[in-house]
Amino acid sequence: MRKANTVLRTIAIIAILAVFLAPFWILTTISFKPSTDTSSYWLLSSTPTLNNIKAAIEKAGIFGAIGRTALITVCVVVLEVIVSAFAAYPLARRSTRFNKVVQAFILGIMMVPPLSILVSLYSIIVSIHGVNQYWAVILVLLTYQLPQGIFLYANFIRSIPVALDEAATIDGCGPGRTFFLVIMPQLKPVTATVAILSSVNCWNDFQFSRYILQTSRMNTVTLSISSFFSQTYIDLSTATACALIAILPVVICFLVLQKYFIQGMIDSSVK
Amino acid sequence: MLNAMQSKNRTINLFYVPALVLFAFFVVYPFVKGIYLSMTNWNGYSRSFKIIGLANYKNLFADKNVRRAFVNTLIYGAGSTVIQNLLGILLAVLLNQKFRGRGFVRTVIYLPVMIAPLIMGYIMYFFFNYSRGALNDILKLLSLAPVDWLADGNRSVWILTLVNSLQFVGISMVIYLAGLQNIPGVYYEAADIDGITPSKKFLFITLPLLMPAITSSVTLNLIGGLKLYDVIIALTGGGPGYDTNSLSTLIYRYYFGGERAGYASAIGLVMFVFIMIVSNIVVRGLQKRQVEL
Repeated sequence: MRKANTVLRTIAIIAILAVFLAPFWILTTISFKPSTDTSSYWLLSSTPTLNNIKAAIEKAGIFGAIGRTALITVCVVVLEVIVSAFAAYPLARRSTRFNKVVQAFILGIMMVPPLSILVSLYSIIVSIHGVNQYWAVILVLLTYQLPQGIFLYANFIRSIPVALDEAATIDGCGPGRTFFLVIMPQLKPVTATVAILSSVNCWNDFQFSRYILQTSRMNTVTLSISSFFSQTYIDLSTATACALIAILPVVICFLVLQKYFIQGMIDSSVK
Repeated sequence: MLNAMQSKNRTINLFYVPALVLFAFFVVYPFVKGIYLSMTNWNGYSRSFKIIGLANYKNLFADKNVRRAFVNTLIYGAGSTVIQNLLGILLAVLLNQKFRGRGFVRTVIYLPVMIAPLIMGYIMYFFFNYSRGALNDILKLLSLAPVDWLADGNRSVWILTLVNSLQFVGISMVIYLAGLQNIPGVYYEAADIDGITPSKKFLFITLPLLMPAITSSVTLNLIGGLKLYDVIIALTGGGPGYDTNSLSTLIYRYYFGGERAGYASAIGLVMFVFIMIVSNIVVRGLQKRQVEL
């Protein structure tokens, strides 16, 4: 009985691994297949080539896109950490009616599909000359990441004893100094969570970048890849090689920092 | 002292300012402007447009593309939620057992969560493609006739749902694993003493105590599924025809492709209200069922 269970489990595990690794496997085989090779996508080419990778770097400029995406991501994450930690502080420490409204409002924004207000948001971005500007995409991404950040910070600050704040008040600290001297130094672990979650979201963003960054010289990773797959001047193999290169940084980060990613996911899901 | 406390109350609210300014400008203002635009015939770029009252709303309920997108959005939301949670619980129970390589398997299941849904969509193209697709290669190997997977709209909707579910099932798995690990072992020991069968243990101990995890996971999956956008753009582009559009992709298509900004705005608002209502009903319903440990 026990043995039968183990065998069943092993079969299930192999099936699971096959399903979940298949996309990565196919991505790899195609990236190293000459475009003339018509063998099955499942098979590695008998004459593997680096041409697709080379084309992805030289012709498609994937590193440029990675650089731009990294720039946007870093800006959003830094701003998000600051702005959401700030906003979380009164939210966690004061339970006035105003704060309850703010809290409900923030949770509401988490549910809003941003595309439902696409038309007016885009028209506003046009009117402030934000189209094809990094600051516009950074601010919009930031805004829609904020609720998650505020939520995580607020939960964390609630777990810091209020007695610390009170002690600081008695010592003559205003809310500002209390925040910077007492609260902020303790926020390191939750900051890691916020940074990790929002950098993945920014790195993978498509829906906002797609309409704010319209010129190809500002293409982010997802924008370049979508243009390579839909345009004819770059073949599918090159587009695939771009995709492979583009997911590598994320995959490596995840493998190295796995623990934090998963803890972050759990923290952000517990409401 | 009282004065000091009151002034402290007010100064502490200054910390809200940056966030609230951003929300006001990029969420509230567009929302209000959206209500106004939804009552116009604006085409998206022209300076002149007319206020046409509720005509857009009247039209959208008669628009078969909208109805289709509406149904699809529900399938993307509900379908992903069901698949991800059932599969998520199964995987969590399986991977909560102790065996060699367990960590590796968990990593592999979670890995796709990291990938941009857009890129996942393009990878899936190589699976579902008719002439060279990886799935048809398997069918050919089994000497079965190849299938044109994405030619049929109804099937494509389910394929997209499945792709989305499998990509993000790792999230549900992780939430359920954490939930399982929070259940005190004594409950199972007590059940063992009473001679309860494993399936009953699952039904009467595990499941009720997993309710908080189920709430979290369902909420996340539902919101994610109802917002589905990137993977549709990558895999089907909303096609064939308008068959696989979600409300998100349809709004995009009407706005940028169809120059019907006012109309798209109206669809957006209906979608907004619809998603708010659905999410709230589901979340409230689930929270009521939670038991305290």
